[in-house]
Amino acid sequence: MQKASVCVLRMEGTNCEYETVNAFKAVGADAEAVHIKQLSEDASPEFRRDLEGYDILAIPGGAAGGDYVRAGALFAARIRATVGKEVDDFAESGKPVLGICNGFQTLAELGLLPAFGGKADAEPVIAFAANASARFECRTVRIRHENKGSCRCTSRVPAGAVLEMPVACGEGRLISADPDFIGRLEDNDQIVFRYVGPDDGEAEYPWNPSGTQSGVAAICNPAGNVLGIMPHPERVMTRFTHPAWTRGYASEQGDGRAIFESAVGNLLK
Amino acid sequence: MAIIDIRIELKKGVADPEGANTKKTLEALGFEGIEDLKSVKVYEVTLDMTAEEARQAGEEMCRKLLVNPVIQRYSVTVR
Repeated sequence: MQKASVCVLRMEGTNCEYETVNAFKAVGADAEAVHIKQLSEDASPEFRRDLEGYDILAIPGGAAGGDYVRAGALFAARIRATVGKEVDDFAESGKPVLGICNGFQTLAELGLLPAFGGKADAEPVIAFAANASARFECRTVRIRHENKGSCRCTSRVPAGAVLEMPVACGEGRLISADPDFIGRLEDNDQIVFRYVGPDDGEAEYPWNPSGTQSGVAAICNPAGNVLGIMPHPERVMTRFTHPAWTRGYASEQGDGRAIFESAVGNLLK
Repeated sequence: MAIIDIRIELKKGVADPEGANTKKTLEALGFEGIEDLKSVKVYEVTLDMTAEEARQAGEEMCRKLLVNPVIQRYSVTVR
């Protein structure tokens, strides 16, 4: 069987590309970190890559472009200025697009999320503001799978499952100008994960690390192939990086693995 | 040659934790009577064009990159 090929897009300041490449490799995909310059026609032939040739596009975490202007804004502008149309076409073709943390912020700045109209939003619909705590938040969070089946990148995560993985962001507070934003997401089955507290109830700070509205930790587009997730599933691929691995965590696999298995597995069906 | 200042601030109603924390810290240092404190970002851009062209270019820069209208508003002034 041919392996799914994954483009993990990087630029100056991304710093989770190799964990993300390894996460996809761990579930049987053929993944590589591709610098955005390699997608340009000006790239030398040995480095040149064509986005269309990949099955999955992943935008990793980090601080692309130093997180200046706004988190994700410079990466999104760089993409728009070079391969914007190719990225739009990729997303519209239904192939999986995964944005983790800074990658989620980039997808939002690109207008690929929430993309209520099915296509990239021409004007930004959401923004990531500074965390309510006014500081960088880095710790384990608990997120509950709330998607009812639309999201292709979490199809192998059981409904209602609570996963534990680290979050690491300074600008994670998801804000929309639309007063019915959460309602629209819910109507379209676009909410994928919500932060939950230690008792699986509504998450207050610090369980909701950013103070984001309604505890939303991950959303997808209406078609379900574009996923933006704030915590880092690629950091919990084995039991040994699960925060509770010395305290009774039973599984041999890490909690993040099912997300990568879903993205790759659906492709090979 | 024209120099423009692009001032970007959070829209009214959007929480400004940086401003709130700075205000709290200044008060802890003994500064009194601070009614409000907002964090604001200013870009100074030097452009080789007329003042009016520079103002328009600044507006375009805000629309294309510098401002997310969901949470921010901006003003462009020519020096």
